[in-house]
Amino acid sequence: MIDGHEHVFDDRTPGVEEHEPTASYLSYTAGLGLAILATIVSFVVSQTNLLWPPGIPVGLVVLAFAQIGIHLVFFLHLGSGPDSTNNILALAFGLLVVFLIITGSIWIIANLNANMMEMSSAGP
Amino acid sequence: MLGKLTWAAIPFNEPLPLLTGAVVLIVILAVLALVTAKGWWPYLWREWLTSVDHKRIGVMYMVLGLVMLLRGFADAIMMRTQQAVAVGDAHGYLPPQHYDQIFSAHGTIMIFFVAMPLMIGLMNFAVPLQLGVRDVAFPVLNSVSFWLTATGALLINASLVVGNFARTGWMGYPPLSELPFSPDVGVDYYLWSLQISGIGTLLTGVNFVTTILKLRAPGMTYFRMPVFCWTALAANLLIIAAFPILTATFVMLLLDRYLGMHFFTNDAGGNQMMYVNLFWAWGHPEVYILILPAFGVFSEVVATFSGKELFSYRSMVWATLGICILSFMVWLHHFFTMGAGSDVNAFFGIMSAIIAVPTGVKVFNWLFTLFRGRIVYRTPIRFAIGFMVTFVIGGMTGVLLAVPPVDFVLHNSVFLVAHFHNVIIGGVVFGALAGYNYWFPKAFGFTLDERFGNASFWCWLIGFYLAFMPLYALGLMGMTRRIEHIPDPNWRPLLLVAELGAIVIFSGILCQIAQLYVSIRTRAQRLDLTGDPWNGRTLEWATSSPPPPYNFAVLPRVETIDAFWHMKRMGRPPIGPAEVEPAYESIEMPRNSPTGFITAFFAVVTGFALIWHIWWMAILGLLAAAVTVLVFGWSDDREHAISAAEIAQMEQARLGRGRPA
Amino acid sequence: MTIAAIDTGPAAVPTELARGRGGGGPAPKRIVVAYGFWIFILSDIVMFSGLFAAYAVLSGNTAGGPTGPELFNLRNVFIETMCLLFSSYTCGLGALSAERRQPGRLLMFSALTFVLGAAFLVIESTEFAGMVQKGAGPWRSGFLSAFFTLVGTHGVHVTGGLIWLVYMAAQVIVKGLRPVVLRRLLCWSLFWHALDIVWVGVFTLVYLMGDFL
Repeated sequence: MIDGHEHVFDDRTPGVEEHEPTASYLSYTAGLGLAILATIVSFVVSQTNLLWPPGIPVGLVVLAFAQIGIHLVFFLHLGSGPDSTNNILALAFGLLVVFLIITGSIWIIANLNANMMEMSSAGP
Repeated sequence: MLGKLTWAAIPFNEPLPLLTGAVVLIVILAVLALVTAKGWWPYLWREWLTSVDHKRIGVMYMVLGLVMLLRGFADAIMMRTQQAVAVGDAHGYLPPQHYDQIFSAHGTIMIFFVAMPLMIGLMNFAVPLQLGVRDVAFPVLNSVSFWLTATGALLINASLVVGNFARTGWMGYPPLSELPFSPDVGVDYYLWSLQISGIGTLLTGVNFVTTILKLRAPGMTYFRMPVFCWTALAANLLIIAAFPILTATFVMLLLDRYLGMHFFTNDAGGNQMMYVNLFWAWGHPEVYILILPAFGVFSEVVATFSGKELFSYRSMVWATLGICILSFMVWLHHFFTMGAGSDVNAFFGIMSAIIAVPTGVKVFNWLFTLFRGRIVYRTPIRFAIGFMVTFVIGGMTGVLLAVPPVDFVLHNSVFLVAHFHNVIIGGVVFGALAGYNYWFPKAFGFTLDERFGNASFWCWLIGFYLAFMPLYALGLMGMTRRIEHIPDPNWRPLLLVAELGAIVIFSGILCQIAQLYVSIRTRAQRLDLTGDPWNGRTLEWATSSPPPPYNFAVLPRVETIDAFWHMKRMGRPPIGPAEVEPAYESIEMPRNSPTGFITAFFAVVTGFALIWHIWWMAILGLLAAAVTVLVFGWSDDREHAISAAEIAQMEQARLGRGRPA
Repeated sequence: MTIAAIDTGPAAVPTELARGRGGGGPAPKRIVVAYGFWIFILSDIVMFSGLFAAYAVLSGNTAGGPTGPELFNLRNVFIETMCLLFSSYTCGLGALSAERRQPGRLLMFSALTFVLGAAFLVIESTEFAGMVQKGAGPWRSGFLSAFFTLVGTHGVHVTGGLIWLVYMAAQVIVKGLRPVVLRRLLCWSLFWHALDIVWVGVFTLVYLMGDFL
């Protein structure tokens, strides 16, 4: 907080004094609206043929990422300034690991399953 | 009432565990009796058990790791001896059921309760001092982390006398680890002890990443941090990213065992390969969690004892971060033989070869640091040089194993066993011992005896080569791991050499015990009065030995890499006889807290109860732990102030003890 | 409470002087606590990814038993999703009230958040109970084990979050909006938003993809 005499170059605490009330309410409400929209679209896409059927899984994943992005930006206020860099880097690292685990596991296990001996029945 | 627990759980008919257990129990009781008789409980409680000081916690981790090293090594020498005698018609002294528990306990203890505590202990002790700050970000959580780790160690050791341990190997693969094939408590001991200590480790990860990224002395930008702090950062990032995978995997296995689910069962749609896949998705980053802090120790030691700045700081940092990221892209090399296609195997084989590159960069940097340096030979640098030779050999066998067709021949042979001991002993253990010798004077105010240190180094080095080089040859000759009877008498000579190696390592351990004993007895001759026994380069050497609770009376102002070296060269001690006495201000330090100890106590109760299916006890233990957390979460009077006058007094006393002007 | 609390400031701050991320010395406590909790959340998300991976791999292993599309009621899932989404919204509004030091409004929004979260849990437990009654419990097949564990773990987190919310409300009432209470509220709302993010993953990959995985 800048108290007029010394400049403490700090990570600003949000919403205190400098923040405009409407800006934050707007952020949350816009986020809510967009998220509701994305959710409805997800449900519609999965239950109808509006999207070319083979593309539905990809479409759903894209919509999910969009929703997560909406949450990160509008609810968690993840920005792009140098002060957010640490947070973004941490998030990026986490997402990389999540991506590697999920896609890695799917790829590996699918490959392994394909090479397994054929079972005589579908299972006990 | 007591679930599955009956008197039959105590191995009255098995002399070895019974005897060992009795001895350990007697030793523990003797220690407790001694402490009580001498009236040391208040001191212990106040200064150690409830301490949230990173220096104290670091020392406790080291003690835990070194004590557990004795237990893990006992398992090792039992296995070596069995393999040396059980050839042909002879069947040794360990029945298979017993041998299986020993190799399982050996691996589990060495990785989780020796290597991890030793590395975390070193990081705990040194990182805040090197960063020029007063403690880690979350001191009470730090204490909780230590005590939960100790809980895990306690539970594993309990399995020796109450019940039995897992017979599945340290990885716990299903279906062997599932109920039909391991109906007894062994696997449950394994799972609960690691889940509980895993929580502690995860909290450590959160603590240190936050500390390193957010708490450093003024002027210390990221690229002025010591390299040990960079490697600590990378290791803790890996902890945060990898340990949750292990948690999830163990949750699934526990659900299979306790609630009859089918994640990894043979029937009803379980997939055992998924366990192996997820386990190693954790397991590979884990080995980098172990080695990166050791790399950091060596960077510090090599620079300090060469009297030279570390060669190419920036490439060290990038190599460290590169290793960090790449370690998540190689895990399938632990199961090349499980049946994936050649495209999958090739991808992971290539990535495994690539990850050797940044490590190579580091090795060259260390060599270039030594080159034209004025090397002062002490125990730490001996371990560093021993590491460089030994680890490189181990790394090369690793790259060899990374080639899938080679691995098809050598997977689960003792060649593999030789490889990973090569890198873990040559890397992690040598790093721990180097760090132990290096930072001991800072922690306790006197250096360790050099002669016994030298002797321990040579015993460890020679012992390692004698114990494990034969295993490379034996692996190529077809000997598989984890066997308690040797089918081929041609293997015997090499196994005898390996047994000799184990005995030499044992001498090394004895030398270390002697070193500690002698050092304490003759400490008056090796007092560290200046706080800087090695002519160090980083900020921890700018404090007294041992440092005051607040580390730095005034946070140092950092301008370069190797901040303390720079300060010495400028003739400007950060704190010390100055023309004008610095204006001390009162310092807020965290109060002691029993939260860690109490949480761990209830964790032991809950863990033991869950293992033995004593449901009422488990519920009570869990509730009690929850209440402890809630009480901690309500409190907000967690700090106390050390007044400026007290600080001035402590600083005067320190300066009066011989700091050069 | 927002992540902006962790690391925002004028863009032109020279690295030498920035606290925490630069050479300005240690960061203030609020930043440290929030960042630490952010890291913890990321670790929790990695744990969920292990469960997601297991689900993805096991979702076809129905062992002759019921499949997802046969069991899922998408209308209820939509209602659950809306409940959780709106609870994130009320959580955010609560955060704004806290920043403005308005404990009364904070408690009101907290109550709304609690109700919405509880509604989510009621619907989910009814769903689970219904499935168990039909013989489709977690012990029936690998698919169902993975389903119950993934969705159930999320539900356990929501339950924990609600208990924590009540605990925080008690702290606000007894202690007022002191810095330490504000820091804890910040952590709580990070946790709650993260749960909604995980739920996006759950309803997309488990419920909506049911036919396609």
